[in-house]
Amino acid sequence: MDLQLDNVSHRYDDVEVLRSINLVIPAGKIVCIIGPSGCGKSTLLRLIGGLELPTEGRILQIGEPPAESLNPLTYVFQDFALLPWRSVEGNISLVLEDHGIRGSHVETIISDVLARTNLTDFRKALPKQLSGGMKQRVAISRALAVKPAVMLMDEPLSALDSQTRELLMDDLIDLWTREPFTSVYVTHNLSEAVRLGHSIVVLSRRPGCIREIVDIPVPLAERKIGDIELEQKQKYLWELMRDEAAAADQELLDA
Amino acid sequence: MPDSEKPDLQMQVAFRGGGFAPQSKRWIGLIVFVVLIALIEIGARLGFISNLTLPRPSDVFYTFVELWNTGLLWKHLLPSLSRLAVGATIGASLGIAVGVMIGLFSYVRAGLVPIVAAIFPIPKIALLPLFVIWFGIEEQSKYALIAFGTFTPTVVATYGAVDNVDRSLIRMGQSFSLSWFSIVTKIVLPGSMPGILSGLRVSLAIAIILLVAAEMLGAEYGVGAYILEAGSLYDLERLFVGVAILSILGVILSSVITFFETRVLDWRV
Repeated sequence: MDLQLDNVSHRYDDVEVLRSINLVIPAGKIVCIIGPSGCGKSTLLRLIGGLELPTEGRILQIGEPPAESLNPLTYVFQDFALLPWRSVEGNISLVLEDHGIRGSHVETIISDVLARTNLTDFRKALPKQLSGGMKQRVAISRALAVKPAVMLMDEPLSALDSQTRELLMDDLIDLWTREPFTSVYVTHNLSEAVRLGHSIVVLSRRPGCIREIVDIPVPLAERKIGDIELEQKQKYLWELMRDEAAAADQELLDA
Repeated sequence: MPDSEKPDLQMQVAFRGGGFAPQSKRWIGLIVFVVLIALIEIGARLGFISNLTLPRPSDVFYTFVELWNTGLLWKHLLPSLSRLAVGATIGASLGIAVGVMIGLFSYVRAGLVPIVAAIFPIPKIALLPLFVIWFGIEEQSKYALIAFGTFTPTVVATYGAVDNVDRSLIRMGQSFSLSWFSIVTKIVLPGSMPGILSGLRVSLAIAIILLVAAEMLGAEYGVGAYILEAGSLYDLERLFVGVAILSILGVILSSVITFFETRVLDWRV
């Protein structure tokens, strides 16, 4: 299933947040969205997943989502959004209960997604016992449990320290290499974008519109830290954004 | 230079990071209590404190033992406990239900919050005659008074607790297409439990206050009736026995809630 954004604009009262976004998210690819702070990238992600309605324009699903997909558009949040009163497995079963999945089938799915994210030993743990990286792994396995057609990732690694971030990036690349998934990945971190993105959408500052789409043809599994080509792409992206990031930093907030 | 040849002065860096971290010291509360009672006892025996000011704690204790031995204790305590249980249960459960509704529905909020704000400050005791007319002089009017008194603080605590549920968790529920009912029962209600329980702490204390008020008017048996009778006879020993029973009741209820908090809310960081 592909996603297509057709001339999407969005405003909150008087503030224009996004302007005429046209974008195709092809199946099996990771599309990264980067931009200076406050450019509306997280808003764009909420629009894509139907958590907010765009003021103008349409968001289209092209093609049927796979039949086994319980929740085609599934988010992974920056703050993990785990229920603190449920254990790791409880957090995963939460999203299955409403889809009428019961009994041994739930067991199979939970065991499978925990194995894929190396969490099998933490099945009974409560979120408060887990480190930030582990919490995000739980959130990722919860997302995998509903077999999403598109994973909408909202700065999933931004709340983590840089070492954990490296580890989780490797995990994500492994996951994708074993079984390619479609993803929209919002981040402000350029090195994440060049490591994980098949294409990188650069948004301008508010009102956000697409400045450029940068493709990175290097296969994900071959991207290593310190790769010259990636370094150059990252440098190029930074030059694109630098002035706007500086300007965005100077802006007074409306709130 | 001569300075550089002198050995450098060595001094340990002074620790200055202590305090400002409350710890639970278990027995201190009990010790303070015992010391206070002992001081009153000594003062009363030595004559610093006259019998008209405060009764001797030992006399109060003997009166309590007597009350126990004659079997009157349970005759007074059981009706009180049942009134408290029925009234507080009705008030708290209605309060939680209405509070959750206010937390969930904008129209209910707009309609009921002003009413709750209007009835919250009314001293419920003042309405006792009204309840007697509505529900009769028997048990029902006492239940109604206690229920009404527990209802308002529970409503306020509950809708505050619902408001404080982490919005990002609700957003998460929606993003996984959970049904409205699932979001309410699996996210909103468990998320508001801490606030509801701490509200119940206040509500139950109010329920005890109102229990006595209700029993002072037209009850043959009950801790309130016992206190009223002792007061009108100026029998300070019995008055203090009654007051002590209420205090103990309050402490027990509060520790029951603490027990629930530690058991049910062990997920809190």
